[in-house]
Amino acid sequence: MSNLIKTAEELLQSKKVNLVIGYEKGTGNKTRPAFIRRAEDAARLVFYAGKSQNLAVYILRQEVKRAGKTAFVATVPALRSMLQLASECQIKDGELIAVFVREDLETIVLEDFKSVEEFLATADTGFNPEEQELLSRLQSMTAPERFSFWTSEFEKCIKCYACRAACPMCYCHKCTTECNQPQWIAPASHPLGVMEWHLMRAMHLTGRCVNCGECATACPVAIPLNILTYSMMESMEAEFGTKPGMKADTKYALSVYKPEDKESFIL
Amino acid sequence: MEIERKLYKNSSPEAIVERLLKAGKKVTAPVRSGNTVDFREIKTPAEVEYNVLTTVQSAKKVAFPKVDKVVEFEVLKNNVNTLEIDFDSYPEQILFGARPCDAAGFIPLHAIFNWDYADQFFLKRYEKTTIVSFACTTNDEYCFCTSVGGNPGNTEGSDIQITRTGNSEFLIEIITPKGKTLSALFEDLLVPETEKTEKEKHLAEVPKAFDFEKVYNRLSSTFESPVWEEQAIRCLGCGACAFVCPACACFDFQDEKSLKKGARLKLWDSCGFSGFTIHTSGHNPRESQGDRWRQRVMHKFSYMPHRLQVRGCTGCGRCSRACPVDMNIKEHISQIESL
Amino acid sequence: MSNGNIYMPNLMRIEKITEEAPFVKTFRLKFEDEKVAEEFSFRTGQFGEYSVFGEGESTFCIASSPTRKGYIECTFRQAGKVTSSLSRLDEGDVIGFRGPYGNIFPIEEWKGKNLLFIAGGIALPPMRSVIWNCLDTRQNYKDITILYGAKTVSDLVYKNELEEWKNRADVNLVVTVDPGGQTPDWKGEIGFVPTVLEKIKPSPENTVAIVCGPPIMIKFTFPVLEKAGFKDDMIYTTLENRMKCGLGKCGRCNVGELFVCKDGPVFTKAQLNNLPDEY
Repeated sequence: MSNLIKTAEELLQSKKVNLVIGYEKGTGNKTRPAFIRRAEDAARLVFYAGKSQNLAVYILRQEVKRAGKTAFVATVPALRSMLQLASECQIKDGELIAVFVREDLETIVLEDFKSVEEFLATADTGFNPEEQELLSRLQSMTAPERFSFWTSEFEKCIKCYACRAACPMCYCHKCTTECNQPQWIAPASHPLGVMEWHLMRAMHLTGRCVNCGECATACPVAIPLNILTYSMMESMEAEFGTKPGMKADTKYALSVYKPEDKESFIL
Repeated sequence: MEIERKLYKNSSPEAIVERLLKAGKKVTAPVRSGNTVDFREIKTPAEVEYNVLTTVQSAKKVAFPKVDKVVEFEVLKNNVNTLEIDFDSYPEQILFGARPCDAAGFIPLHAIFNWDYADQFFLKRYEKTTIVSFACTTNDEYCFCTSVGGNPGNTEGSDIQITRTGNSEFLIEIITPKGKTLSALFEDLLVPETEKTEKEKHLAEVPKAFDFEKVYNRLSSTFESPVWEEQAIRCLGCGACAFVCPACACFDFQDEKSLKKGARLKLWDSCGFSGFTIHTSGHNPRESQGDRWRQRVMHKFSYMPHRLQVRGCTGCGRCSRACPVDMNIKEHISQIESL
Repeated sequence: MSNGNIYMPNLMRIEKITEEAPFVKTFRLKFEDEKVAEEFSFRTGQFGEYSVFGEGESTFCIASSPTRKGYIECTFRQAGKVTSSLSRLDEGDVIGFRGPYGNIFPIEEWKGKNLLFIAGGIALPPMRSVIWNCLDTRQNYKDITILYGAKTVSDLVYKNELEEWKNRADVNLVVTVDPGGQTPDWKGEIGFVPTVLEKIKPSPENTVAIVCGPPIMIKFTFPVLEKAGFKDDMIYTTLENRMKCGLGKCGRCNVGELFVCKDGPVFTKAQLNNLPDEY
């Protein structure tokens, strides 16, 4: 912890960055995002592995962009979000510094995309056991059983859009659900409106989701949304061999044409 | 009517719930589903979850559903037929196991939905609802009912209140005529008090976090303060706080139509969404999240008290528990009090 | 509202459609239900929620005057989903109407005064109701001046009525277009509304100013009036915020502690001075 504070202090004092986004103590035993602009406030920073949400969601925020050069405390999924945002041309190399906190609380400062890529090459980017269990359970269901599972989960949905708000990849200024000419997705939180929203969101995240799990954590009614978005990513990886967020220049498989692409299903 | 006090000598209120269900009543109560507990319609007494401080969402949906049809129509070639909604068809219902902060939440909702124009969708449903609340014997660090004029044993807004006073004893307070009518269904299960039970002894102690009057007076001079941007910097702009809140009533209208038949729906909405106030021209009067956070606080703690003489917050803390980034309203308001 | 449903629209048939300007139309509407038509009344300044069943509702002021019975009119520009649907309707089609909502221009208080109406572009419709109301009771007021400007000549709305007003001896009409918006045969003024306002040197003596226009026009018009000596409680305007319910419940048009749909849409500048900049 003290190393993180020292790192943040140095970054701010040397004016290398104007803002450090990290975590501070929240209510009870929660941590919450902290925005540190002055070195003397860096003492607020804390880090608990396993209680660290994906701060990449703040990278594109107008207040953060206005602050200029920024550093953020990044977990492995957050680093992948950063590279995926880079692949989508949302951030430029060098405008963001990522600070990774190791298990022994030492910090690793990654100042450019290349160093993040190198770091991620050796990192663990798989599912945790609980997620793996749920995913296996779903995959062993028949299609009607799976549909029934999701229908029952979606009954709880109140369309608060916490899932969208917490997702670093949902940065569209005007979300597809806010488009009303035509109204693609019914805004109402009745079963059809809810199903349309989550299916559409999963489609829009296919090949972009890095399984940070924030959507599921943010959901006030505990719908396991990350399983839905992540299973799309699994399909993408299986069909196209791409894994999002590992390189800063990943071309999006669904919008790139290669002569050797399969055509058997259209011809 | 003077509050009638009786005792119920049993380890759990299940038998009372059984009576309600046996009488064919529609009962909504806290039900567990995995890690969360929320209000649902129950069919058996065993479904009710008692071992929980509070539900994720408020109980407002019993009178203000998340999707409500307000106009039904048929669009023909050169004409339109509108169909009336039958307000009298709303069923009698019982809200069982609400907390005092839930029951109190219906008061600001009622103030809004009855302000000059009477919204029958809310009023008629509320009329048909009997609220049986449980007083709180525990609390957590998010609760702050005592800072907003409430308390763990507050009977405001409840028709009957149940307080656990022992392992096998509950104090039953029958507060309103509506409560009296309902209590007839389980009256024979109750016994008179032999000596006056000290209800306060069994209630949770919720320390006061801020002074409402002080905050109300402070707010009128904080519109331009940088505190709003500072507090809202981590706010993600979702609708979780507004939707779980017992006192939030903002709504949206959306039309749906398939071929000829359609309806206008009233849906929950949140002032926290970026598009809430956006004009067709693209101009947005509340462009930053700080602007929108300020609106939330002002509306609940300043505008509503001033215009409608009700508090827009019951201190239930649900918004803070549900918020993905821990926007703890008790903390924020305390900070504003000391500005 | 037959059974108390405050959100139930009344059915209205489109009697006449006038194309005022590119993308701007006026609908003349008549209530389908004769009883409703008989009982309906409104005062100038009020607005309504106009429905296209299946698409949604849109908020427009009632652009006709209460002195003209038997119909109401609204003028709108095609801009979003509902207005685009409205634009596709024909004479004889049925829409919905809820209202009248909102407060009124206090024309009773203006009796015996001079009236200065200043409007820009698509903001003439909210003013047209009060202008006609005052012209229809012309004897109540002293001098009436109307200053109206639009981007270009084709953007001017109510072109026929502008002719009528021009030809009235008891109205001083000044019409202007933005520099570059004039046609070769344009005989009116050329210049932005605030500039032309300065030119005509308005006097605050016993005069009420009523201003309505896009935010940028208002921003530069108020200082001209202030400089000329107009007091803030003698300057009136009508606001438009995003609205849904129109009756103070959905929360959208909240500006400070006021609701544009209940406490407005008509406000004096003095009232606006006390409001936060949230509109």
